[in-house]
Amino acid sequence: MQAMTLQKTSFWVLVAIILAFLTLPALVVIMTSFNPTEILRFPPQGFSLRWYARAFTYSDFQNAFYSGLIVTVVASTIASVVGVAAAYIIDRYQFTGRRLLEFILVSPLIVPRFTTGFGFLLIGAQIGLAGSYPLVILTHIVLVLPFVMRSVYVSLANIDPALERAAANLGASPINVLMRITVPLLTPGIVGGWIVASILSFTEFTASLYVTNYSTQTLPVAMYTYVREYTDPTIAAISALLIVSTTVGMFVVDRFLGLKRILAIETH
Amino acid sequence: MTAKDRLQETGTDSVVEIDKVAKTFGSVTAVNEVSLSIRRGEFLTLLGPSGCGKTTLLNMIAGFEAPSAGQICFDGRDVTAVPPHQRETGMVFQNYALFPHMNVFDNVAFGLRMRKLDKQAIAREVGHALDMVKLSGMAERRIRQLSGGQQQRIALARAIVFKPKVLLLDEPLSALDKNLRTQMQFELKELHEKTGLTTVFVTHDQGEALSMSDRIVVMSRGEIQQVSEPLELYSRPVNSFVASFIGEINQLPAARLRTQGGLVSFEFPGALTLATHRAAHTLPGDNESVRIFVRPEHVSVAEEAGDAANVVSATVVSHIYQGTHTVTRVESAALGRIDMRVPGGRIKEEKPAGSPIRIRFALDDAVVLREGAA
Repeated sequence: MQAMTLQKTSFWVLVAIILAFLTLPALVVIMTSFNPTEILRFPPQGFSLRWYARAFTYSDFQNAFYSGLIVTVVASTIASVVGVAAAYIIDRYQFTGRRLLEFILVSPLIVPRFTTGFGFLLIGAQIGLAGSYPLVILTHIVLVLPFVMRSVYVSLANIDPALERAAANLGASPINVLMRITVPLLTPGIVGGWIVASILSFTEFTASLYVTNYSTQTLPVAMYTYVREYTDPTIAAISALLIVSTTVGMFVVDRFLGLKRILAIETH
Repeated sequence: MTAKDRLQETGTDSVVEIDKVAKTFGSVTAVNEVSLSIRRGEFLTLLGPSGCGKTTLLNMIAGFEAPSAGQICFDGRDVTAVPPHQRETGMVFQNYALFPHMNVFDNVAFGLRMRKLDKQAIAREVGHALDMVKLSGMAERRIRQLSGGQQQRIALARAIVFKPKVLLLDEPLSALDKNLRTQMQFELKELHEKTGLTTVFVTHDQGEALSMSDRIVVMSRGEIQQVSEPLELYSRPVNSFVASFIGEINQLPAARLRTQGGLVSFEFPGALTLATHRAAHTLPGDNESVRIFVRPEHVSVAEEAGDAANVVSATVVSHIYQGTHTVTRVESAALGRIDMRVPGGRIKEEKPAGSPIRIRFALDDAVVLREGAA
């Protein structure tokens, strides 16, 4: 009986330690961001919002925020359109090279980020697009595509093929079946995939470091440059903002995944 | 001869003509040269065990599968190459396949919207269809708020609302519990009478088939075994597959048929002879080796002092009491295991397991098939 209690206790202590280590870096960063002094130190010596003020007014961050936003919105949207079409075709049609196509589309998952970034840097230099928005956006599309496709695959697998047959039986042409049945049922997956892609794109650093220049740099790249020059807690403040906005984004995704259940793709 | 020619020749009013239709998947033959004509307004059942090809045949009528060979005509028009959305068939799927992102009204209205009816006509027709399935108040409900039985009715309403040429039912009752299934059998039958829609019903349940159909098509291994009205199918199966698939039946060991005067007798191994007064011309010829199938209701307990003809001694093995009757299983040295149907439940006390029993065979309604042809 006592051995059981001991086992139980040590199990929960272990869980608590793991959870603490998972959240600790984020907590430390958030607490440091309120530090009133100019030195990055922990624990904080008081409470101040001055570094948040600086994060919002520092022009490099402002510019990087807007570039990052442009890259994220354009890249995630294009990746979603391409990803939905590719996932649908791969899932629903049999053709030669189907497996190869699927492998190529998800290969960025196994290729190191710096390789992808370096590769696009070389290509960009060759065709005179180095550091330009098209190059940054293209890089991000390639990086987030596998995540969009995965999200759409899950939604596709959840659609009962009998639903599409039923619509055809009731007189819906193939295009009507797609627009009235398949796409509406895929919507939660598409929206969820888009949000995940946005978060990944907005916070992507490694590949972005290679393909951006000063005018197109995204927020993580600007933050990296900042840390190399300054040691004040502005970087902690902006990190805290990123953590909070990412958390909100993930919460929304979860709502949508939950929505999938509410929409009841549970016809069986 | 094409299906169309035959239609004109016989003058039968058929809605669907299936002419030598086959379907192979790789090396597997799911449907093997099936020809069938479905009459206007009839309730036709495709009956068979799973894998017999009945669902594949239904899918070919709906247009979901293209035949590997043969032709399908609707009202004399070849539709073999017509895609499903232009076939005007209404289908109820096994799991209903209601659209989860639409409410009841939009589900039922779907077929009408595809046919571009105006708003008022849609509202009127949907209301009418919901009345038919007794769910008029449910138009605004979401699909997940409905019970299995209600989903079933909505699926029916959705399939009949646009007055299809033929209504296709793919094992629609299999997902319901037993009481609801019986209830829905009555309602389906009623709906069929009200709408007069030509209906093709697919099932593996012979009880459903017998109780609901005008005609039953028994299928096995991709081929049609028999097409008959329920009574005919039950009393005169054409082969051993149909005999043993429809209802309960005892298959007796091989026997030799003898005709003598007005009497037909069957000689079993072990000097046992059973006889019947049936007209010899309804049976295989003299001296043929035959198989006899006897339903449990045609085997009874022999009275002690009665006529000894067609009486066989046996031993009771077990009883299954079923309310109105008891199914008693006996073992006979000459004939093997025989199930008999005894009215009431008293036999369980009168003849407990292990007791000797004398049973009488009534062979006037037995199925007699030539050995080999069976």
